[in-house]
Amino acid sequence: MHEVAANPWVALAYLIAGVCFILALRGLSSPATSQRGNRLGMIGMGIAVVTTLVTHEIASLPEILIAIAIGGGIGFVIARKIAMTAMPQLVAAFHSLVGLAAVLVGVAAFLNPDAFGIATLMVPLIGDPVAVIHTASRVELSLGVAIGAITFSGSVIAFLKLNGTMGGKPILLPARHLLNLVIGAAILLLIVYFTQGQSAWAFWAIAVLAFLIGFLLIVPIGGADMPVVVSMLNSYSGWAAAAMGFTLGNTAMIITGALVGSSGAILSYIMCRAMNRSFISVIAGGFGAVAGPSGDGAAIDRPWKRGSAEDAAFLMSQAEQVIIVPGYGMAVAQAQHILREMADKLKDEGVRVKYAIHPVAGRMPGHMNVLLAEANVPYDEVFELEDINSEFAQTDVAFVIGANDVTNPAAKTDKTSPIYGMPVLDVEKAGTVLFIKRSMGGVGYAGVDNELFYRDNTMMLLADAKKMVEEIVKALG
Amino acid sequence: MTFIAVLSIFVMACFVGYYVVWSVTPALHTPLMAVTNAISSVIIVGALVASAAAGSPVAKWLGLLAVVLASVNIFGGFAVTARMLAMYKKKERPAATEEKRHA
Repeated sequence: MHEVAANPWVALAYLIAGVCFILALRGLSSPATSQRGNRLGMIGMGIAVVTTLVTHEIASLPEILIAIAIGGGIGFVIARKIAMTAMPQLVAAFHSLVGLAAVLVGVAAFLNPDAFGIATLMVPLIGDPVAVIHTASRVELSLGVAIGAITFSGSVIAFLKLNGTMGGKPILLPARHLLNLVIGAAILLLIVYFTQGQSAWAFWAIAVLAFLIGFLLIVPIGGADMPVVVSMLNSYSGWAAAAMGFTLGNTAMIITGALVGSSGAILSYIMCRAMNRSFISVIAGGFGAVAGPSGDGAAIDRPWKRGSAEDAAFLMSQAEQVIIVPGYGMAVAQAQHILREMADKLKDEGVRVKYAIHPVAGRMPGHMNVLLAEANVPYDEVFELEDINSEFAQTDVAFVIGANDVTNPAAKTDKTSPIYGMPVLDVEKAGTVLFIKRSMGGVGYAGVDNELFYRDNTMMLLADAKKMVEEIVKALG
Repeated sequence: MTFIAVLSIFVMACFVGYYVVWSVTPALHTPLMAVTNAISSVIIVGALVASAAAGSPVAKWLGLLAVVLASVNIFGGFAVTARMLAMYKKKERPAATEEKRHA
């Protein structure tokens, strides 16, 4: 590793790889340039891998190539087969792999520090020579392993929750905050201790405790807070890579780690802002575990209007402009394709159709946009909250499909509501609101009743989202 | 490289990341997560170093396992990103072919 680092061409190659990664993210500023960006990312990765292979004495090339082939094959097949609606759990699963890989690399570096060029060989008077890991490397190594382990176990829980294997409801352990603080403090102390003496048991204890705290941190967080969690784990996987990059003195890894780390952090921030909640309160968990004070009690007796598919079809075909507001329910019902057909029919009748996306609609950032893109909805018909919110007042029909809390006007008016202050889509300002919902009984994720249901201009369409839209399409003829 | 040089690169890269990520359009936030996932698997470099080295067989096998995991991520991450990005289209598409696909 020392002679490798001395070769300027190698350092240059890693730097180029890092620049490719920056350009890959830069490409995502617009769908038009995004595919070129993705290809640059692949090139960067190719450069990094090939550079590493040609500059190290490889004792076992066939095994490495087989390992890449196995992993690559699995990854490729998964990427081909996965349903777009399953994207959040796939991303969580991928995060867990980065985390585990970071832990494995850290452990390998601890067991064979010489190969990583992070140790000096000490020959004592009696006994075998001992590799003494440099102090700075000890810090990086233990931090990398800790972050990697948290990423791994946290992502596994996030995956299980998003996949529906584990219930979406938050699971609240008694005294969990205290427990987490104690474990967190223990990890930090162990890192300090490991840095002092390179003791093996401290190293293993750091890994075990980090696995444990990753698990404990994510278990109390409910399903709809998952966009924040997934973004946060994305960030962690980046910091883990950066820590390993420090250990290896590798610019490609450091640049990537910083990019991914800030990317995840920014996404978490955007998601929190869109829910008007602090990052701390999301991470503390437990949101939605109990119904809010202004909850369902008052709801039962209030009058509301019910409409049929024919009513909906008539109203929309007469409209000048319809804004569709999709939410997680659309993903669950897999209604995006039939929804696009409905929009096409409306367009044939001369109706202007737009889509309004709330930043936290769905289970991960941009979830709705991907599903609509999958259903061939052109991206220039899809708008973000701040770009379209002023248009509802001039819109004849707002069509809410699978969204709930993000349309609740109580967020603007009711100070006692748990979602007060959260930016919401002003659907109630539209001429008519068509609201698809399975039944009147259930409440949204926040556990609050939606004021919107009882307004004069709201018509409830009670059915499965996909079935209802199919019937509307039929009624449109 | 000295620690301070490495740290400088890291801090600068954090700033670059900050500005680049804010410029990503919200519509592409899911592909952003998928592609950051793929590139964070650059950790494969560390895995390759571990599995290439002679000396500790345990470290070598752990390294190889890490190579497998990182490869799943690299190939899977880039492929799924490419698949998603290919779906984002502008208006005025040929209607006939689209109908066929969903028939």
